[in-house]
Amino acid sequence: MLLLLFEQFLNGLQIGLLLFLLAAGLTLVFGIMDLVNLAHGSLYMMGAYFAAVFTQWTGNFFLGALLALPAGALLGIVVEVIALRTLYTRDHLDQVLATFGLILFFNEFARVVFGAGGMAIELPSWLEGQVMVMPGLPYPSFRFLIIVVGLACAGFLYLLVQKTRLGMLIRAGASNREMVGALGIDIKLLFTLVFGLGSALAALAGLMSGPITTVQIGMGDNILILALVVIVIGGIGSIRGAFIAAIAIGVIDTMGRAFLPNMLGTVLNPSDAGTLAQALSSMLIYILMAAVLVLRPAGLFPAPGR
Amino acid sequence: MPALMHKPVTTIVAIALLGLLALVPVASEAFDDPFMLTLFTRIVIMAIAAVSLNLILGYGGMVSFGHAAYIGIGGYSVGILAHHGVHAAWIQWPLALAMSGIFALLIGLLSLRTRGIFFIMITLALAQLVYYLGNGAYAYGGDDGLTILKRSDFGGLIDLNHRPTLYYLCWAILVAALYFCHRTVNSRFGMVLQGAKSNDRRMATIGFPIFRYRLTAFVIAGMVCGLAGVLSATFTDFVSPAMMHWSRSGDLIVMVVLGGMGSLFGPLFGAVSFLLLEEILSGWTEYWKIVFGPILVLVVIFARGGIDGALSRGQAGALMTGIAAFFLVYGVHLVYEDAWIIPTLILAAAFTLSGLVWWHYRRKRVASTETAGGDHA
Repeated sequence: MLLLLFEQFLNGLQIGLLLFLLAAGLTLVFGIMDLVNLAHGSLYMMGAYFAAVFTQWTGNFFLGALLALPAGALLGIVVEVIALRTLYTRDHLDQVLATFGLILFFNEFARVVFGAGGMAIELPSWLEGQVMVMPGLPYPSFRFLIIVVGLACAGFLYLLVQKTRLGMLIRAGASNREMVGALGIDIKLLFTLVFGLGSALAALAGLMSGPITTVQIGMGDNILILALVVIVIGGIGSIRGAFIAAIAIGVIDTMGRAFLPNMLGTVLNPSDAGTLAQALSSMLIYILMAAVLVLRPAGLFPAPGR
Repeated sequence: MPALMHKPVTTIVAIALLGLLALVPVASEAFDDPFMLTLFTRIVIMAIAAVSLNLILGYGGMVSFGHAAYIGIGGYSVGILAHHGVHAAWIQWPLALAMSGIFALLIGLLSLRTRGIFFIMITLALAQLVYYLGNGAYAYGGDDGLTILKRSDFGGLIDLNHRPTLYYLCWAILVAALYFCHRTVNSRFGMVLQGAKSNDRRMATIGFPIFRYRLTAFVIAGMVCGLAGVLSATFTDFVSPAMMHWSRSGDLIVMVVLGGMGSLFGPLFGAVSFLLLEEILSGWTEYWKIVFGPILVLVVIFARGGIDGALSRGQAGALMTGIAAFFLVYGVHLVYEDAWIIPTLILAAAFTLSGLVWWHYRRKRVASTETAGGDHA
């Protein structure tokens, strides 16, 4: 029972870290540029498609991933320069609408270019197996890799944001944008850089979730809403908050899906219990978010000065 | 009617449009085209939902990203009652309205404590909650949805199985919703609502309990939208969680903004043009959203005030956007037969580029007139 619990915890951690990668970019863009970017999920999807295509070309998942990351960053920068730059000064409604339009565009674009059927990403054989994370607990290698990469990225982001000059500017931008500009920082370039970084993180999340679920149209739409929930719970502009909230949501969601069916199964028939459990664990997340917003409207770890 | 006289062009166009909509069943009969009636019934129902959203979004400044939830609640109320053998409309419809009102009250109580982006997010979250509630309602089909086997029964007064009758009922409700919205907005209540939109702190200082005003508007909008849900469920004989998906809420916001926020007839224009555009584009290419997405982005960036704004100001830019969009769509149509993907992409790129160039020059012009105008601090 304890092993099962631990395994489900690892699954939750893995989903949480994927969510974190997506939410980190979103919260940076949101915190610094005050931009609600619904199209972030599309960048996630495009990252997965890039990885699928590049993996097919090169025949190697790692080469494909290495190529997909800069491609994702580049796509993000192009989107920022063409469409989003004019939206920074607009109100949130305009941003929601315009980026909603971008979602429609990217979903259809993917359908036209990559086909409607979805693509699978082929993993190298040594990642197909399992590793022993604990005696008696084998765990799929690739999922374990996701956890490692996710934690590494979180560490990298922590160092970047807390210890470097760029990170200092990012933090300063999140608490007072105008002042950073007034101090002579090229705020436009900073915005573009941060957007590129966020897009690369989204692409990374996409390409890592690609081998688990198939790469398909609209794969970013639902996880985007979860990522939005994460940044609202964590506090907009706060990487630390996003990290904690992402893990919490990943674990809650997984635990709900894993254990609720059995608990409900004692009173209901299995298929009904499954349907209800899935809905309940999804609802749990939104109940958590509503509770946080009502009790602490600025999120659990709001960025200072907001 | 002072508010109507402000924009005579809009009013004339809107009344003409409503008149044309009234002729749809006749035209459908004359051209022997039953699909036309189906399409326009859907349009009229969505227009009712858009009118209700406009009341809180356009006049109240409350960006609810979960408005489609009420369509689902209204629809499910009818569906569930019908499932249990209750077909009397006198029970179904008031109960559906009451359920929408109760949900709107609960959602409003929680979400109206927040402002700005947090309001958008919490309405989205709570609507997702309702969406998953529908998904989890395994007794009523879960995510497969629920088929309504028998339509509401008005006791022989109105026959909902007769398609033109149903259409005229929807049309009448739309006109009533518009009139109701007009009266509400121009009442003292509506003035407080609009005042709270432009400066809520000032309104609160004057002494208006704006939370209560907003909550009331939120509940009214939820109930009207629930009515649209009832009509939608009756018309399609089917309810499913998909009608509450967050992208449906997005569509509703798009309709309101496309038509013109805070304008009485804006949502009507928005719903008609959104759904007609969807219909025409999807008739020409299965990939219609690749055209529609950029059009939406351009409308947001360039044509502020939507269709109503363009109509009442005769704004050259908005007109240009419209013409360019038309040519783009027409271009897609022309090359649709063969490989149309590349020409479409080229056209879309050229369109975007010309729009950006125009925008650049306009901004320069605006900047120069602002400098000439002297201080505006």
